[in-house]
Amino acid sequence: MADRFPDYDVLKKRDTPSWNDKTREAVEKRIATTESDTLTEPLRAVLRKLVDRIVPQPEQRAPVNAAAQVLEKIAANRGDGFRNARMPQVREAWERGLKAIDAEARERHGAGFAALNDASADDVIRALQNGDVKASEWQNLPVDLFWNDRLIPDIVSAYYAYPSAWSAMGFGGPASPRGYVRLQANRRDPWEAAERKDGHLIPAGERNLHAK
Amino acid sequence: MPSEFQAEPRAINGRAPDVFTPDGWVPMRGHADDKEVDFLIVGTGAGGGTLACKLAEAGFSVVAMDAGPYWRPLQDFASDETEQQKLYWTDERIVDGDNPITMGANNSGKSVGGSTVHFAMVSLRMRPEHFATRTKLGYGVDWPICWEEMWKYYDEVEKTLKIAGPVRYPWGPKRGRYPMRAHPMNAAAEYLARGAEALGIDWTETPIATLSAPHGKAHPCVYRGFCVTGCSTNAKQSVLVSWLPRALKAGAEIRDLSMVGRIETKNGRCTGVHYVREGEWRFQRARHVVVAGYAIETPRLLLNSASDAFPDGLANSSGLVGKNLMVQLNQAAWGQVADEVRSYKGPPSLAISEHWNYADMGKDYFGGWSYMSQGPLPISWAKTLAGGHGLWGQALIDEMARNNHSVGLKMVGEVLPDERNRVTLADETDQYGLRIPRITFSHSENDKAMMNHAVDFMDRSLAATGATERWKEMSDTCHLNGTARMGNDPATSVVDADCRSWDIPNLWVCDGSVFPTVGGVNPSLTIQAVACRTADRIKALAARGEL
Repeated sequence: MADRFPDYDVLKKRDTPSWNDKTREAVEKRIATTESDTLTEPLRAVLRKLVDRIVPQPEQRAPVNAAAQVLEKIAANRGDGFRNARMPQVREAWERGLKAIDAEARERHGAGFAALNDASADDVIRALQNGDVKASEWQNLPVDLFWNDRLIPDIVSAYYAYPSAWSAMGFGGPASPRGYVRLQANRRDPWEAAERKDGHLIPAGERNLHAK
Repeated sequence: MPSEFQAEPRAINGRAPDVFTPDGWVPMRGHADDKEVDFLIVGTGAGGGTLACKLAEAGFSVVAMDAGPYWRPLQDFASDETEQQKLYWTDERIVDGDNPITMGANNSGKSVGGSTVHFAMVSLRMRPEHFATRTKLGYGVDWPICWEEMWKYYDEVEKTLKIAGPVRYPWGPKRGRYPMRAHPMNAAAEYLARGAEALGIDWTETPIATLSAPHGKAHPCVYRGFCVTGCSTNAKQSVLVSWLPRALKAGAEIRDLSMVGRIETKNGRCTGVHYVREGEWRFQRARHVVVAGYAIETPRLLLNSASDAFPDGLANSSGLVGKNLMVQLNQAAWGQVADEVRSYKGPPSLAISEHWNYADMGKDYFGGWSYMSQGPLPISWAKTLAGGHGLWGQALIDEMARNNHSVGLKMVGEVLPDERNRVTLADETDQYGLRIPRITFSHSENDKAMMNHAVDFMDRSLAATGATERWKEMSDTCHLNGTARMGNDPATSVVDADCRSWDIPNLWVCDGSVFPTVGGVNPSLTIQAVACRTADRIKALAARGEL
């Protein structure tokens, strides 16, 4: 789909009153996050492929380092404040889950998950989502809980923590201390994203060049 | 990941952080561990923080401990969902039951000021009949406090927090004007209003704890929309910036990064608490101990304090400590509209209908619910679409790109007390060596009937505004109450109407745990009102020599 918010980039607001020091520090550190060497390389490859299919990269925008962020969470074994009684902790859950996904791919398509084409990888992912799995590896990891408590929240949280993902959805991004003025429907503050629409006197892309 | 956790205590050596000034400090009275303080309060949220202020102002010596850090919002808070996870209680808790509760974010805070630091600021009074549901409506259990008295304390809390609300509130007994005028409604709130008008029910601007005019050192709300990740401008009237500065001025000590692990008792009375600070276990002596850790940590501490004299935990002769855990239903209806709504602007819930809290006809279940307009931030929205709606891949990315046209309505619904929903201790221990809580929860048939009615109604409201591609989110909960219920009978309650334990006269509970029932409103205003009442009762008892 064509980008709804051409040339809009929340990072252009970095040095405006919409970003405070703490925000700059947190976002910069996140952008700089690279893949740690936690887990084995084959498991990291499974994770990369999985992330790529669950949250495809935005077109013509800076790639999101979602896999690196998930790996960082796995390395830190950082939980969210709750753990289902039938689930292991974060690191263990991901390790078992990635192994089981790889086994599921071999079972269904005769090759490891990282080597599958996109359609076959999506077929495996649908099996996970529907709880319709065959590999014996799932016996020590409930697939529904892995999907709901780990796979989905960890991956989408990492992706939508990244500025280019905010830009692609026309989100205002960080907003402290300036905030917003125009709250009504169809009103846009000059530092917000303009949406591509037919018949606009000034095209969205031009307005987005000054959205900061 | 959160970029840093505040690792070193700040409130030490006679000073505490000044929440209104970057790098600023305010003087703080200190109390030695071996000196007996009048009141040792465990937790500084809506219950404990409020009580610390009121008791210090009444002249008692007060030390209030919190496991979390003491933030200065102006410099410590980012406009960023991930970074601000540092406000949440993310220590491990085990969940089970038929409908295990998602913990950690919207229902748990680990900061000085508790979860009010990241609450959505919705400040509602419970319907009068909801304080006596057994007598008036035939379900649940009555509160030992009458609504008229609660109304008086609601007044006090609303004045303190400078609640911005409507001139005329459509439901319940007449109430005075809110201290500040209502905020302008954002587009998401207008969609609630138009739907309610179309269905012929009342709606109003949500009474909300963020400033619509300057107050003290804080500016009015700038509508940045990151409210539930912490307010970086101090417009939000959290306990951190409202009651606690007053508490410090009145001589209370706030001890941050202090995790209480055990209450010590001797001869049937509390003598103080064991707590960890800077990696070291210490013991603070106290004449009275108030547990204010909210509905998970409060029963956990009481149970973890079991001793030979109290083998089932403290205050637990009724066997009810940890039982009757009540979440609130948080289901939603969502849809797409042609307007650019941009619901990320402004506080998330600027319009409300309490119609179904006050209407009893037309229900096939007990209890009430309200519903509010919504403004989810990107990660929260992505988790909703991927979790509740099952989207992933390009379908998820494309739907996220339409977020500026999404509208939603979300309920806060009453869950009835049920002893099977409870907090117990797991065998596993945490970083302090303390047994962690196990939280067991299952929805009742009553819950399911209420959910179905509510999501159908909210869906009709959206449909009436022209929203298309509507869908129903069926699996969310919010708030936690009820695990140390108050009552008139020691056999069926943990504390009395003053929130004093029946079993141990110098042990008190002050948080949402004491709620016998929850109604269909967010609990923070009621928790603060009960805390104000408890403070008044302590003053009265002290004056009569009955403390």
